[in-house]
Order: sequence, then C-alpha cells, then structure tokens
Amino acid sequence: MKELNNFKMVIPSKSSNESFARVAVAAFVSQLDPTIEEITDIKTAVSEAVTNCIVHAYKDTIGKIYITVSIREENKVIVKIKDKGCGIEDVKKAMEPLFTTAGEERAGLGFAVMQSFMDNVRVTSKVGKGTTVTMTKTLSRREDEK
Amino acid sequence: MSVRIEVCGEVVTAYLQGELDHHTAREMREEIDAAIDRNMPTLLVLDFKDITFMDSSGIGLVMGRYRKLQQIKAELHITNTSPHIYKVMKLAGLERLAKIDKGVKANERAK
Ligand SMILES: Nc1ncnc2c1ncn2[C@@H]1O[C@H](COP(=O)(O)OP(=O)(O)OP(=O)(O)O)[C@@H](O)[C@H]1O
Ligand SMILES: [Mg+2]
Repeated sequence: MKELNNFKMVIPSKSSNESFARVAVAAFVSQLDPTIEEITDIKTAVSEAVTNCIVHAYKDTIGKIYITVSIREENKVIVKIKDKGCGIEDVKKAMEPLFTTAGEERAGLGFAVMQSFMDNVRVTSKVGKGTTVTMTKTLSRREDEK
Repeated sequence: MSVRIEVCGEVVTAYLQGELDHHTAREMREEIDAAIDRNMPTLLVLDFKDITFMDSSGIGLVMGRYRKLQQIKAELHITNTSPHIYKVMKLAGLERLAKIDKGVKANERAK
C-alpha cells in the first residue's frame, strides 16, 4: 500500500523518554483523526515496546532506540521500534503472556498488551544484534460512521 | 508528588496521580510500600482516578503490591479505573486478585 507520510526519530534509552516517545507517535498519527481510544491504544503499545528497549535490550547501558511511523493508504499505521541491544533468544517464548526475565516488578505482559491493542505485531530478533518490533493498526474512518 | 496517602483506621488509600509507566512506577511503589510498612493495614485501596495513562508497568505495580499485602493477610481494592485502565487490568486478569470498581464520573456521582 502506498505510503502517504512518515516520521523517524532516534532517542537514547532513558526512561524519561518513555512518555515523550509515545506522545510524539500519537501526535504524528493524529493527522488521521483517530478516536481517543485508538490513540490511547497506540500510545500504550509504543510505551510497551520502548520500555522493553530500555529495561531489557539496553539493560545496563544507554543505547539508541529507532522509531519509525509510516502512514499508508486506507488509514493504515505502521510503527517500527528497533534497538541494537542484547536480542531475544526465543521470541515465541518471550511473547507468551506472563513470561518475563525481569523479576518481581514486571508482569510479563508487554507483548500481550501490544498484541491486544494493535492489529498485528511482528518481532524479529538476533542475540547480540538487537530486536525489531513492527506493529500495524488500521484506524476506523470516521466519515464512514456518519 | 505522584501518590497521596490517606489512612483511616486499618484502611490505607493511595491516590495515584499522573502517568503510570516504567519511569514513574518506582516512586509510586516506594511511597505505597512505605505506607503499608508504616500502617500495616488490613485493606489497601489503590485509587486510579487521576491516572492519565497506564501500561503494563501499572500491572506490575498492582501485582507487586498484591504479593506484599498477602504477606500481612491484607486485601486489595482498586477504584476509579477509566475504560482504558480497566482494559489493561482485565487483560492481566487482575480482577482475580482484587476487587475492581470501575470509575464513576463525578457528574454522575452528584446526581
Ligand atoms: N527489546 C528487547 N530486547 C531484549 N529482550 C526483550 C525485548 N523485549 C522483550 N524482551 C524479552 O521478552 C520478555 C517479555 O517481554 P514483555 O514486554 O512481554 O514482558 P516484560 O517486559 O518482562 O514485563 P512487562 O512488559 O509486563 O513489564 C522480557 O522479559 C525480555 O526477556
Ligand atoms: Mg515489557
């Protein structure tokens, strides 16, 4: 599908950037006139993926997080969040609800939240190289509702 | 301050404020845990009325407090969850750990 607009940013993996990252993506997507629920869903999914880069990928260091948003025809949004951190050994297992490697204060539900709030979530990863999370969502077209 | 604590007998209520993500969760957790340790309640109420955003870090926060409360045989209630927050909590099955009251809008309450 033809791309209509896109946006890229690179931010250091500091937890103080979690809020900025999700708000920036939401602001860009707002040109499609999404519902509040759709915007909140996207913000939440972005927050999960970005937090994973900070907490897991770059556990003991500060690295770069690459965020790309593409707006396609027919109200389709594609968000890509990439890191060059530690990578995931078994992606299938990592995506299972309640699976976590981070101990007591993490629920292991980040991927479950992404999957439930976006239409599609794809994860590719290589140990020692990094992880890319690609999420897509087709927004409702409000003019159709009238 | 991201948490306001109110103590009434054996009930501790924590009014959470702002955005609840990985960045803010730690401070909220520390304040709630300090209030639990200080007051040894039989019931902890977590009020989400003024939480404007929450991701799975909020689930971690609730589950962690639930475990801590179990050690002192105290209960957990969650109140004033917006539709979004309720959706995240439901996904995590938190209603099995705590009683969850969905938010009542202020203007509805006044009627
Ligand atoms: N970008 C990443 N780089 C390396 N490992 C990751 C990355 N994202 C996720 N993981 C691994 O996948 C596991 C599951 O991730 P998920 O987001 O579902 O849960 P969590 O982050 O552990 O907990 P929660 O998101 O509920 O706070 C993580 O514990 C971690 O081991
Ligand atoms: Mg996570």
